[in-house]
Amino acid sequence: MAQENVLTPSSESAETQLQHAAYDSKVEGNIIFTQVDTAINWMRKNSLWPMPMGLACCAIELMGSASSRFDISRFGAEVMRFSPRQADVMIVAGTVTYKMALAVKRIWDQMPEPKWCIAMGACASSGGMYRSYAVLQGIDNLIPVDVYVSGCPPRPEALLEGLIKLQKKIEEEESALAHFQAKEKAV
Amino acid sequence: MSSATVSAIQSRFPNAVKELIEFRGEETLIVDAASAHEILAFCRDELAFDYLTDISSLDNYETAPRWTMVYELYTLANGANHHLRIKYDVEEGEKATSVSDLWPTAIWHEREVYDMMGIEFVGLEDHRRILMWEGYPFFPLRKDFPLAGRPSEMPDVAFTDRAPLEGGPFVTSPTGASTVHREPRSRDME
Repeated sequence: MAQENVLTPSSESAETQLQHAAYDSKVEGNIIFTQVDTAINWMRKNSLWPMPMGLACCAIELMGSASSRFDISRFGAEVMRFSPRQADVMIVAGTVTYKMALAVKRIWDQMPEPKWCIAMGACASSGGMYRSYAVLQGIDNLIPVDVYVSGCPPRPEALLEGLIKLQKKIEEEESALAHFQAKEKAV
Repeated sequence: MSSATVSAIQSRFPNAVKELIEFRGEETLIVDAASAHEILAFCRDELAFDYLTDISSLDNYETAPRWTMVYELYTLANGANHHLRIKYDVEEGEKATSVSDLWPTAIWHEREVYDMMGIEFVGLEDHRRILMWEGYPFFPLRKDFPLAGRPSEMPDVAFTDRAPLEGGPFVTSPTGASTVHREPRSRDME
């Protein structure tokens, strides 16, 4: 991230302090120069609120990664929101049956932009061992997936690795302006 | 212990009991479809089979009669630990007899049999699907339904598609034909 720390001069005269009355150097300390996009991406990646779409045993590992031993809050993603309106990243954890598929799609559609999706485990990624009439062969048939996490089920570390990968991806996203321009073009 | 139960049924319904199969202390009675409900009611009322463990169904694909209904009965009363299996055949196109008036739990079991096999029941008023969704057009546990599934579409409800099954698992059928025919590497029904 392109950023610079500029310490305020300690030997500031009384006049300059008067000129910058709104700036309280004692409280605010440092100034960081950065780009708007970078700042937005930095805030987004460190406060990903997951929509836990727990559908099978992967959901147990998802719960494990939220508890104290693995502690997903180290990455700012501990605020599991069961309301799609408040969620940023949908973690599809488990077997998506055809009976459930359109419900998952509907919840995905209810999530506000920008949003990301992690397909957690073999079933969500590809149908896994369920080559069957009842199981959707990968959630990417319905919604766009940013990160696939392998495993059956994946260990919590693997999910955290996927989350870090997603953070890296968000870090490099284009500016908000370009994002919405691309959206307009697509529509 | 067992024969007392079985001989009670046999002496009461001498013409309806077709066959008794005994295997390691398990008893299976194959009975006539027409008097199956009467026999099951007798088992519940007179022989204290107060617990219906399960109802299942078999698909005798390519042999007649196509369906076999299987009832697993159990005694909880007086600690007798009696277990009895009762089977009867149902021709394709005919309906089985509901026992939901004897054991209320049979409603869910029979709905599942209907959902998976497509066997309907006389006396079961509730033929809703229980595992698949309302409007799904197939009965997926039938032997002529491919494991990979078939495409279906219910707008705004659900859709299905074929799963990739290259090489395919074994799919066996209880038919009199040769092993090559009975157990192909994969069965393409289309």
